This record gives sequence, structure tokens and C-alpha cells, in this order.
Amino acid sequence: MTDPNVIIDPVTRIEGHLRIQAYATPAGDGGTIGADVLVASTMVRGVEKILQGRDPRDAWAFTQRICGVCTVVHGLTSVRAVEAAANIKVPKNADYIRNMMIGAQYVHDHVMHFYHLHALDWVDVVSALTASSSETAALAVKNNPTYKPNNGALPTAAYFDSIKNALNSGLVSRGQLGFFSNGYWGHPAYKLSPAENLLLLSHYLEALTWAREVVKLHAIFGGKDPHPNVVVGGMPCSISTNTGSISERAGGTSLNTAGLTIAKNAVLKMQQFVDQVYAPDVRLLALRYSDWAKIGKTTGNFLSFGEFPDPTRVKTELTDGAIDYPDGYILPQNVITSPNLKTLVGFDQSKVTENITHSWYSGSDGVHPSAATTDFNYTGPAPDPEISGKPYMLDPAVKYSWIKSPRYNGKAMEVGPLAHILIMYARSLTTKALPTDKLVKYYVDRWWSGSTASGGLGLAYEDLNSTMGRIFCRMLETKIIADQMAGRPAVSAAGVTSFTGWYNQYYANRTGKYFNPTAFAKLASYATLPDKVGFGFTEAPRGALGHWVKISRSTGMIENYQCIVASQWNAGPRDGASPPNPGPYETALMGHKLARLNQPLEVLRTIHSFDPCIGCAVHILDPEGKPLVEVDINHATRC
Amino acid sequence: MVRVLGYFRDGKNFAEPVGEIELDADTEARIAELGISRRGLLTSLAGMASLMALPQSIIPAMAQTVVSPKKPSVVYMSFQECTGCLESMVNSFAFRGGASIENLLLNIISLDYQETLMAAAGAQAEEQLANATATPNGYVLVVDGSIPQIANSGFFVSGGRSGVERFRAAAQNALAIVPVGTCASFGGLPKADPNPTGAVSIRTLMTQLGISKPLINVPGCPPIPEVITGTILYYLTKGLPSLDSLKRPKIYYGETVHDECYREEYFEDGPRVAVFDDKAARFGGCLIDMGCKGPVTHNACSTIKWNQGVSFPMMAGHGCIGCAEPDFWDRLNINGKKGFYQRLAPGSFDD
Repeated sequence: MTDPNVIIDPVTRIEGHLRIQAYATPAGDGGTIGADVLVASTMVRGVEKILQGRDPRDAWAFTQRICGVCTVVHGLTSVRAVEAAANIKVPKNADYIRNMMIGAQYVHDHVMHFYHLHALDWVDVVSALTASSSETAALAVKNNPTYKPNNGALPTAAYFDSIKNALNSGLVSRGQLGFFSNGYWGHPAYKLSPAENLLLLSHYLEALTWAREVVKLHAIFGGKDPHPNVVVGGMPCSISTNTGSISERAGGTSLNTAGLTIAKNAVLKMQQFVDQVYAPDVRLLALRYSDWAKIGKTTGNFLSFGEFPDPTRVKTELTDGAIDYPDGYILPQNVITSPNLKTLVGFDQSKVTENITHSWYSGSDGVHPSAATTDFNYTGPAPDPEISGKPYMLDPAVKYSWIKSPRYNGKAMEVGPLAHILIMYARSLTTKALPTDKLVKYYVDRWWSGSTASGGLGLAYEDLNSTMGRIFCRMLETKIIADQMAGRPAVSAAGVTSFTGWYNQYYANRTGKYFNPTAFAKLASYATLPDKVGFGFTEAPRGALGHWVKISRSTGMIENYQCIVASQWNAGPRDGASPPNPGPYETALMGHKLARLNQPLEVLRTIHSFDPCIGCAVHILDPEGKPLVEVDINHATRC
Repeated sequence: MVRVLGYFRDGKNFAEPVGEIELDADTEARIAELGISRRGLLTSLAGMASLMALPQSIIPAMAQTVVSPKKPSVVYMSFQECTGCLESMVNSFAFRGGASIENLLLNIISLDYQETLMAAAGAQAEEQLANATATPNGYVLVVDGSIPQIANSGFFVSGGRSGVERFRAAAQNALAIVPVGTCASFGGLPKADPNPTGAVSIRTLMTQLGISKPLINVPGCPPIPEVITGTILYYLTKGLPSLDSLKRPKIYYGETVHDECYREEYFEDGPRVAVFDDKAARFGGCLIDMGCKGPVTHNACSTIKWNQGVSFPMMAGHGCIGCAEPDFWDRLNINGKKGFYQRLAPGSFDD
């Protein structure tokens, strides 16, 4: 093995702890990354082991803490898994609120990912400080004509002067660049003009204020964010009988008039920011960096578990539930296999396996997660070179990561926004097309494939499978979901009528039920629970997320708990096939051309395009060695 | 006159008028030199002071701290964590123009290392860490996440170094150490039974490594954002706040969540919630029978509240799960039964 000459550790602006090692064939100051690239997670906690023997009603709180960024989706996936195990149905209001909480997480996460985690790969902060304020103001009016951050008015030259002054007085003049220190400023791969850099940097700062406003939705329904409260059997919140302010005398809940107005304003602010700022900014970035639509491709296999059920399809409340109607899922439950990016394939969860050939576990390898028995087995190098006397270096020929490699039908699958958009586009071509699918097709055809003269990017559909395609698809799904929450007008060119939005649908039904009163009683009579494994799933902002739970019929406690998490699909190491199939991160990085080996900005661009969530990706399965025999997938077999 | 909103109590904002504030000539000159808004700065600081229940007389000292030619350096390191604490801190606001994260990052502190936000990566990030931690007593070290006690277990490695050694090196020159979140403060989720990775709190690790530094625990899963930023700002202005036996600042952790909860009124005589979404739940009744751990949990959720004061767990209908207390995943239970829906044993707390 050639010694790696590109090492990024820690990879920053991600969730969790990640190391990248690669060998690049040198050319000048730069080089081209070869096939021995490896991506490794170097932190583990063992959350599933901690869950064993606990009350299944508590599992959501533990699994939320798998990740403070993906908190809502882990909590709700867990709740759905326990509900599936005990055949508990939840009221429509619970599904409306869950949809909005997951939807709010999408919008919040994706916008913050773009501006706070990803933008600095494309935006040169030092260049921004040299921008002409009047040019930037002119650009703002052109790029974001309806966005008025300047006390309700369009930004002016003076407005951008004040932003430059704030950065200069706060950071530059004191010689303390703080979190902007030591970036790759001036790197030849940065291409935006100073005004474009300043415009996006101003949105970086404004998005922080916006984000604090929109997460209030989680606080109204879940009491706080991060880690809002959810519950098995519905939602813990209830409509307030006191519609005015809460007080010690009058009581009340956060679902009073004021609270519901805050939630409504949050969904409207989400929609506005996406339409006015995020969507046009992504299109501007994609236009300037359209060469990145040819870089960062994965093998072309995509997977989605499905998300956002339609509560209006429920026939009899508490007898059936929205989750039982997969045809209505906004994000379909499907697979796409290379090279047929427009053809839907049915999802069959029995084809999922987990591979540990290159992961620091011992136990079963390459079997269905329900049959896997594994435990920690760290065989990597000793850390701390000053003590061990050897450099810390991982070897792609052996075990090198705490992440396991899930495979579908033996193939590595990419999950996340790119998978969602491709699968929705593919469904738009079938008789099962939902209005949201038609909108996806409409916007992809117009904004991505449309000519640059007509405001598009002039890029091929297949080029969505790329670093820039991921960024574009993340933005597009954010728009689809923001509109789904807040409502949207008809788009006749797409053949789509208007939609009132989940918030309004919920509001009209707000005095209805929030919780299934038999839920806890069912779990308390555990001896009569069905003998099955509960499968809970969501499509998290980063992709397919599944939890499996087995509740003991002799104690009522958790016998076994397993998660397969979005970033695990994308960030997992090679598998044990011959030759080994690398994971999507690794595949995407092969062949990357770097301008400077010692400033691997290009690698960060592609890795960040996946939005790594590494705390999520690392977990262990079934250390007690009790195989799970039956998995409930009724919803999966029906679509 | 600078007017600031203070605590939310009984569903009402109580406005605390702040009179004219006089600053020393040097501070005034620095504000002018930096070109920042005097009014904006003072409003922000008054908001922070109000949240900490400090008199407005502290504001000039705070102003002096934040406009000093060299901003105080903060190094924020992450170990076995979920990023929830940082997400929370980014939500910091402090009512009406307070120490928002933008304000904090641009004007108040120099955040010299924070992996989730920083521009630098890999070798440049490591270089930044080395530079930021080079000066003796040069920075406040904020830590989130627990750390596996055995260095070469492989359960935490970053930049080729174990959590233990990474922390030891960063702690060496720190002015003070502020574990943020219940994992760093007390071990948290990784340390929950059966503690698969041998995770320990920062305080335990410091004892093991023989590191003696001022320590302020800021627990919570995650902590309230203003409690994080307020603690840092308090330390930078006035030094160590008064701490309880668990090293928590009494200004934020002196009372239980139950003490200040508006539903405490219904603890004795009801209504009490028996099933989620029942009549009492819609009224806003006491959640003690639903397993609420408010009476044994020290935190400011029911006073400062969450996400700009809009709600807190009980206000949204769920009991407190005790997330700011040591070993809350395992300890807050009765009759050996763990669980967030298990009622606290009668007599196990003072009402």
C-alpha cells in the first residue's frame, strides 16, 4: 500500500467524527485520488446495547441522542417501531404534527447545512470582504428580488457596508478570525466574484437568525429543540382549553392561540426563506460551479424507505393509521438501480444485509440485520503517536471504521436527497404520480435541465448523480416539503392544483385526538403482544432510517434494538465481496483532481455534499446474540 | 433608556427598565473604534445580565470585557457527543437583541476551535487547535461529550489521538474548563448502563489525569442555550460563579424545574394528567403521575424556557425526563424500575 498523501482528520463542518485517507497521484502541487481512498468513523458509543432491558416507551429519548442534529427523526422512528411491534395506531393529529416536525427538521437542517456546513467550501470569506457593497446590492436585487432582510426593505449598499463592518470590526481588525481562521482562502478552486461571496456570506449570518425562529415549531409541539418530546401512541401535546396566556391560575398548554400562531409563522417563514433565499442561492452556485455536476458520482443505486404519510387517507381513526398507506408517501418507498435512473423498483427489506468485513466488530457478516450478532472488536492502530511511537494510519485491506456497511441485494446504495428526487421523478412518470412528484419533474426539467438562457443550468438528468446534483436535490426537496407544510398555489404548467398545507389541515382538526389512550395499556399487557419485531422507519433529511425493536413478552422490556441509519448507507466502508464494493463516499471521491494536495478543498466539497452525520452512522447490533426472527413489513410489501 | 425583557413568569414578560449606563472612557473609545452600535451592545449585555439575575451594575464590566482589544478566546472540543449541545448553543438569543450566536461569534468571543462550525479542516484544523491552545491560561475550554476512560480502546480517536490525550493536551493551558451538556458534565448517555465504552465525565477524567483547573458544569441534554452562553460570559466578566456540589452555577441550577413550573399549582389538589390528551392534559394539569421528574431536576426550563421563551417540556404536555441530572438515564426511578413514565416515589423529593 502506498502511504496516503491526502489525510483529512478531523473532517470538520459535519456531525460526528470522520477521517479520510487517500493516495493521490501527484501532478504539480496537486494530484488525482486513486482507488485506495478510505473513509472511517473513529467514535462509538453503543446506544443499542444501552437500550436492552429498558422500557420500550423510553427508547425514543435514547435514540434521539444518537444525533442532536437528526433528533426528531430518530425519536419518531423509534416511536413508530414500538407502535408497529404492539399494533398501536395514532390519531390523525399526531401524524400531522409528526409530519410537520419532520418537515421542519428537513427545512432547518438543509438550509443550515447549505449555509453553515457547506457554503465555506464554495464561498471565499476573504474575497467577500473586498466586495463592492453597491455591486453586491445590485446582485441581491437580481438574485433574491423578493427577500427583504434590511428591516423589511431590499438590502442596499449601506446594508452590505454594515455586514462588512461587522466582520471587519468583529474579526479582522482584532486579528482574531475565530472560526474563519485557517480556511483555504484564496484557493484556486474558489470561483465566485467578491460580490457573490459577500451576498452568500450575508445569507450565512441571516440564516442563523432565521433558524432560531423556525425551530420554535418543535418547541410548541415538543417543548424544546433540540431533543423535543414525542411519545409512543401519538403526541404528548394537547390543544389548550385556555386559549389565552398560560398562568398558574388559568393553566394552559403551548398549543394555545399564541403558540399555534408561532407554529404557523414558522412554516410560513420556512417557505419564504426557501423560495426567496435558499433556492435562488443554490441555483446561482450551481451555475458558477456547473463543472461539479460531472464530479462526485456514485454507482447509481439509490434507496428510500419512504416518508410523510398522508393523514387524510386514514379510514377509521385509531383502527388504521396514515403509516399504513404507503401510496400516499410524499417520498416514495422504492429503489433505483444503475443505469436506469428513471425506473422504480419495489423495495423488499429482506434484501438488506450488513457487512462488517472492514468494520471494528466481531460476529456475523453479510446477513440480514435481524439475524446479525455483533460486538465491539477494535483492531485498528493504537492512537497517540507520541506514546505508541508509530503514526496513526488505517489500512483499507483490513478493518478500519466503526461504521458497518449495509447493502441492498449485495449493492451499495446511496440514500438522501438525491435518492429522494430521483425516485420522485421516476414515480412522476407512472400512474401513481402524486402532485409533489409532478412538481419535482417540473422543477428538475426547468431549473436543472432547462437551458441557461431560460434560467436553467443546461445539465443532463443523469448529471444529478454528482456533487452539485446532491446540493440541487437537497434544495429542491426542501422546497417541496416547505410547500407541503405551508400550502402552495396551483402550478398549471405542471398539472398540479393548489394544496392547503399540513398546518391548515391540522388546524382545522385541532380539537381532535392527539394520543391513543390504549397505547400504554397495550404495552403494559406485554404477555399478549404479537410475537414480532416492530419495524419503524423514516426518510431522514440524510436518507433512509430504520429501527427494529423486539419487546420481551415475559418482561415487557426491550429484548433487542437495532438501527440502520442514513449516513451508514453512505459512509460505510468497503464490504467483503471480491473485489470489495466501496461505500458511496469512497466511490464518489475516486478520481477527484486536487489543485493542492495540502489543501484538499475538492474532497471536502464532495464529502459535505452528502451532509455527513457520523454520530448516527455508528452503532452496534444485538450483542446478546438473539436473532430476530420475524420482521413486520406489512407497509413495505404493499407498495 | 435601554429596555430589556427579563424572565418569563406566569406567562408574562416582565420588563426590566435599564437606566442610562455609564462606561469608562476606554470602553467608549473602543466601541467607537470598532464601529459597533453602543445601544445594540448594551441592550445585548443587559439581556444577558437579566437572564443571570444580575444587577445592571455589572453591565459596564461586561462591556469592558467584550470590547477589549483582544477578545477572549474560546476553544470548544467535542468527544462522545451528538452535536445537540452545539445545535442548542447556535439557537442562543437572550431575548431581544441579546447574545445571539452571531453577536457572540463576531463581537464577544473568539471561537478559535469548534469542529462543526470552523472553516479549517484536517491538518489546518489541527494547526488551528495547536495555535489556539499554545498560550498558558489563554482560553476557556468548552467540552461536549463524554470520553472513553481507556485511551487506547479505540472508542474515540480524532486526528490520530485518543480522547484522553486530546483532552489532556487542550486542558493544559486552559484558564477554565466548561463541560457543556450532561455527557461532558456527568457521563450522560454513553455512560448509561452498561456503559459499553467505559465513558467518563470531564470531572472524573480530570481527577484521573491530575488536572486541576476551575471547572463549571453546564448540564442538560442539551443545556438551554442562554445558560451556555450566559455561563461563559459570566466567567469572562466576573470569574467563577457560585457553584453547587455538582459544580453547576447556582444562578441557573439553584431551583428545580418543579419549583418554578406553572403546573406546580396543581400538584396537591389537581387536576393531574392521568393519560396524555385527557381533560387535565388539555387544561395543563400536573404531570407528576405521568412520571415527571421536575421535582428532582435542577434546571431553568420553567423560567428561561426554550427557543426564545416559547415553551418548555411541561408546557407542551410531557413530563420532565430529568436530563440535567447525573445518571438520569438510570437513576431517577422507583423500586428499581427505570423509566421516564415511572412515577417518582412519594417522599423522594421535597415539594
